[in-house]
Amino acid sequence: MNLLPLFQWCEESGLGRTVRESVWAFAAVESVHLLALATMGGAVLLVDMRMLNLGLRQRPVAELAEDARRFQNVALIVLILSGICLFASEATKCYYSFPFSVKMITLFVATLFTYTIRRRVVFSLDSRDTTRMAVALVSATLWFIVAAAGRWIGFSG
Amino acid sequence: MSLLPFCEWLAGTPGSIALHESLFMYPLVESLHVLTLCLFVGMTMMLDLRLTGFALRKVPVADVVTRLQPWMFLGFVVMVISGVLLFYAIPIRPYQNIFFRTKCIFLVLAGLNALTFHTGVFRKVASWSRDAEPPARARFAGIASLVLWAGIIITGRMIAYNWFDCDKPQSRFVQLATGCSSDAHSDAQQQ
Repeated sequence: MNLLPLFQWCEESGLGRTVRESVWAFAAVESVHLLALATMGGAVLLVDMRMLNLGLRQRPVAELAEDARRFQNVALIVLILSGICLFASEATKCYYSFPFSVKMITLFVATLFTYTIRRRVVFSLDSRDTTRMAVALVSATLWFIVAAAGRWIGFSG
Repeated sequence: MSLLPFCEWLAGTPGSIALHESLFMYPLVESLHVLTLCLFVGMTMMLDLRLTGFALRKVPVADVVTRLQPWMFLGFVVMVISGVLLFYAIPIRPYQNIFFRTKCIFLVLAGLNALTFHTGVFRKVASWSRDAEPPARARFAGIASLVLWAGIIITGRMIAYNWFDCDKPQSRFVQLATGCSSDAHSDAQQQ
């Protein structure tokens, strides 16, 4: 299955053209993307660090996760929407970008992991410490790869 | 007072040239700078949200500050070191960049805000630590910090854009704000 025509269609779409042809749109959307990155990072790290017995370790994991959930969900939605705008403006470049494919695959895995296994472990009252630590490490590693590969898209080509 | 001669001297040092021209070090330092946002601004934001009463309402403010502060400090140190290295690699352009200058002003304001908070309302934290809605001065410090750090992220990202650089015609205001007019005939323009 060749995805190149799909990527080219994205680049020629109204959204892709608008972002690409505007002087400031890419910069503005990129800033929003970064603000959401910081928010998402804080929400994810707060809970992952707690599961590693770092940070706010006197509080129950579920309580912190309940607090972080709203910010994590909103940040992820903003990240995806702003990411789509950035992608559309240079979709063909992304098609040939290795970091972009790493980021997309890891993003899919990280989102799936966060809203299935991590969610269950975080909100369960009888999760074992070792399980929590493993989940926190996997979560932090996956999201780190997503962010690092994302930055690397800008360096390649 | 112009720091341009200092920036020009810095740009000519071997370390600066090596970092500027390196294939991997510069992107690595820049990635580190951006990714540490998650730790530093992420944790700062969580504290600010607690101060404004938007999150962690059941957690005493004193706990949030003492437990998260070491991580914020670690993140801040990495941020400063990587940021200084980025400036060291390319000193002249950011010095005359309006976004870099705005970012520096925001950084000073964020520092003053943190200082005012710690030497002011936070001294009596014992009396309001458990309040879901902290006192007005603490809420103000939280909102100010959120706004300033958002400004720092946005202006930081914008440094990459050359819309207001000295090498193209600029309005009088931009010329003054970037120091382009006073340093117009400097060697820096040849870069």
